[in-house]
Amino acid sequence: MKFGVVVFPGSNCDDDMVHILKNVLGQNVTKLWHKGTNLDGFEKGDCIVLPGGFSYGDYLRSGAIARYSPIMNAVIDFANKGGFVLGICNGFQVLCETKLLPGVLLRNNKQKFICKNILLKNNTSNTVFTHKLKTNSIINIPIAHADGRYYCDEAALKKLKENDQILFQYCDQKGAITEASNPNGSIENIAGICNKERNVFGMMPHPERASEAILGNTDGLALFQSLIENFQKASLA
Amino acid sequence: MQVAESQISLETAKNLGLNEEEFKKIQSILGRMPNFTELSIFSVMWSEHCSYKNSITWLKTLPRKGKHLLVEAGEENAGLVDIGGGLACAFKIESHNHPSCIEPFQGAATGVGGIHRDIFTMGARPIAALNSLRFGDIQNKHMQHLIRGVVHGISSYGNCFGVPTVGGEVYFNDCYNQNILVNAMSVGVVKVGETVSAIAEGTGNPVFIVGSATGKDGIHGATFASADLTEDSAEDLPAVQVGDPFQEKLLLEATLEAIQTGAIVGMQDMGAAGITCSTSEMSAKGNAGMKINLDKVPTRQANMKPFEILLSESQERMLIVCKKGQEHLLEAVFDKWDLECEIIGEVTDTQRLEFYQNGEKVADVPAQPLVLGGGAPVYQRSYSTPKYFDKIAAFNIDTIPVPTNFVATAKKVFATPNLASKQWVYEQYDSMVRTNTITTNKPSDAAIVRVKGTEKALAVTTDCNSAYVYADPYIGAMIAVSEAARNIVCSGGEPVAITNCLNFGNPYNSEVYYQFVHAIKGMGAACEKFNTPVTGGNVSFYNQTVLKDKTEPVFPTPTIGMLGILENLELHTTLDFKQEGDLIYLLGKARADLGSSEYLRLVHGITHSPVPYFDLEEEFVLQHNIKSIIQNRLIQSAHDVSDGGLFVTLVESAMVNTLGFEIQTDTTIRKDAFLFGESQSRVIVSINPKNQVDFEQFLLKNGIENTLLGKVNSKNLSIDGEDFGQIDAWKQTFDNYIENILED
Repeated sequence: MKFGVVVFPGSNCDDDMVHILKNVLGQNVTKLWHKGTNLDGFEKGDCIVLPGGFSYGDYLRSGAIARYSPIMNAVIDFANKGGFVLGICNGFQVLCETKLLPGVLLRNNKQKFICKNILLKNNTSNTVFTHKLKTNSIINIPIAHADGRYYCDEAALKKLKENDQILFQYCDQKGAITEASNPNGSIENIAGICNKERNVFGMMPHPERASEAILGNTDGLALFQSLIENFQKASLA
Repeated sequence: MQVAESQISLETAKNLGLNEEEFKKIQSILGRMPNFTELSIFSVMWSEHCSYKNSITWLKTLPRKGKHLLVEAGEENAGLVDIGGGLACAFKIESHNHPSCIEPFQGAATGVGGIHRDIFTMGARPIAALNSLRFGDIQNKHMQHLIRGVVHGISSYGNCFGVPTVGGEVYFNDCYNQNILVNAMSVGVVKVGETVSAIAEGTGNPVFIVGSATGKDGIHGATFASADLTEDSAEDLPAVQVGDPFQEKLLLEATLEAIQTGAIVGMQDMGAAGITCSTSEMSAKGNAGMKINLDKVPTRQANMKPFEILLSESQERMLIVCKKGQEHLLEAVFDKWDLECEIIGEVTDTQRLEFYQNGEKVADVPAQPLVLGGGAPVYQRSYSTPKYFDKIAAFNIDTIPVPTNFVATAKKVFATPNLASKQWVYEQYDSMVRTNTITTNKPSDAAIVRVKGTEKALAVTTDCNSAYVYADPYIGAMIAVSEAARNIVCSGGEPVAITNCLNFGNPYNSEVYYQFVHAIKGMGAACEKFNTPVTGGNVSFYNQTVLKDKTEPVFPTPTIGMLGILENLELHTTLDFKQEGDLIYLLGKARADLGSSEYLRLVHGITHSPVPYFDLEEEFVLQHNIKSIIQNRLIQSAHDVSDGGLFVTLVESAMVNTLGFEIQTDTTIRKDAFLFGESQSRVIVSINPKNQVDFEQFLLKNGIENTLLGKVNSKNLSIDGEDFGQIDAWKQTFDNYIENILED
């Protein structure tokens, strides 16, 4: 299995993602410059990661310009053919702009950037990204964003639920989905989703910041390990 | 406005911030009357901000040598410290006070941008940012606007740039009502031998300007920073720069990539005084000159005048001297990052700066006389003992009644912006990007940042209790250094070097200059003692407001940014109590001292009292002992006693894991002093009871002054058997106090 981490101008979590995948998890990782026009060498079963940061400064609207970077046509193609695509934070915003994922990420309801540890309820184990976590289990993963308020219309929300596409919801220590545990005003406390085909994943929290014991938090590891384990199983089968 | 050469007069010079003596000196250097462009060049280069003319004599008395120093103070844009393993750390703190007073968002944002550029212009990648902020009355509406703006500015710039803000301090006092202080620090890492010098060498080598285009923002910013703020200062708005963190991020990546090509001879960022400063400093350093064609400078607007281009403080720009014949290597990198990259001139052997526009020479000045250490003026200022010292000397602790209700008193001390959690501030900063911040989940007195690829970590902190410096500039500055060192030592680190940001009032005020001189002396003495040389920093004078009938200087605020090293992260010691039953000790001596405490100010309304008890030798011994205790793995936590005193320290250690404590006070010392006094050189540690014998033997053997205060319990606070309530309630106040005021 191979990982490709896209570098947009203004990406700033690309090195962090490479560090976890390569140095902590021993994976084969390549950085992909945004001006590239193809994903040659990547196959179904590989994973393209859109990292966090401020692509193009996020000056127009988060992710809105990165969506037009040359490499995104190839990423969209790759996703449509069933390749795995993971967007973290700014990467999630870019995926919503491309419409690979439904909905949008609006300015946080308190109008401020927020960086802190936050509790997430894993809503479904039925994806290659979350299967190592038990459904309804709670993980602690930091957020760091100004535009993280997930919003979609009622029809889209209904579909997300019907298709079990909601991955994570902000929750309290008991796993309850409350207003107090919602850091940014996201609809139904949604922190991460996947597409209907279950090969494109987006989340605002940063699992790559919670994957090393030395940093005092390894709750994010299970997500990366899910992807890797899934691939290992698939190649054995 | 530009003035024709024939009309240049003393009046013109004065309008540019120069005095008569300086105006004469310029004429003698040039051997003729300067034109307006040349006069502007001298005015910014000889401004306090660029020339350090009123401070350099004293700055030179600070210890600036040490075995770890690869680059000493003043040699490059920032100091460079060997951290072992073939790596070096470049770090520096700088002020952006005046711009932030006028336009808090952009002022603070460009302060962050400027200090990061100082670090990466040397070839180091910034890995951590800190800051030190001083505000006035938090209840004042305009102050709230400034607080929100500054925090938002730091947050917007730093977060987008992608370097974590890992530590800092926020302090409130009415003395900052008209003149807030915004000090920003950057810490970077570079391989030894891969640094770039700010030098122009090699006649004929091309000079590039890279990064953003040049606009009309920030013209005369350095001069603006070198004058008092007045009621009319808001009209100086164009002197405030506008930041673009996205451009800075691109500039960072492109610059570091360009260094790897080997094509760069020298490089300097453009901050204060823009092209003028970078061309003159690089030329002076290399004993070279430059011929610059201003027509080639990419500009944001048409028809910019020569002095506007030369003085513009547009952000996110660098001046690079490139090896002739290797221009294409540089151009390829900047093209990849979609940044401007223009040859604007070449290095000459004339030692003069010659600027051309439309084929005409618009300025011709020698480089050396412009710069600090060259021909820039150096002044000795007189000083006199401040009159307010009488008020301090008159303080008598016996006139202060001991409270009868200690629970109520503790609550009063606790509910103040200075002691409350700064969560509302720091949660707006990305503190975790680059995944090196150890202290996010393991809090300690100093911020700990690991250095990837090594076992090492850096310990960094900013400290200065300016109320202490006001009470006694000499001892107050010693305490600022000592507290920084104590924070690093309590975190398991070894202090290595400091950078300083010296925020003072008007140097022409002899009482202010007294504060400055004595603070430098105290800082120097403490830096000698802890073997932490000064690697650089900056001086910010004129932090005072001139009202109709009086001048109000801010508290003398010599902020210390200290760097420490943890050879191994296993030494990292956190500040939080770990579990019920652990024993709590006070290391160091409790004293009947209330000097300059938050308690005196808040509960008794006393604004003038002596500096807290402090003895440099005692402090040194304490820190030495803490180091060996940590090396022997004897303790669970360490937290130094600072603002708010012992009570606040205990609550801070207890809150993290929502634990409580029960302690006994020392009945030989008045109880308010024991709980709320701020006498120095004390640390609270907790130990696992099974280590009690070993620990106490160690203390005995090494003659370490200590008191067993009590133990950690589940969630209740108890002092001398009196119930102080549950930790949750204290945490609630602590966490929400500032947010409740600012989120109305």
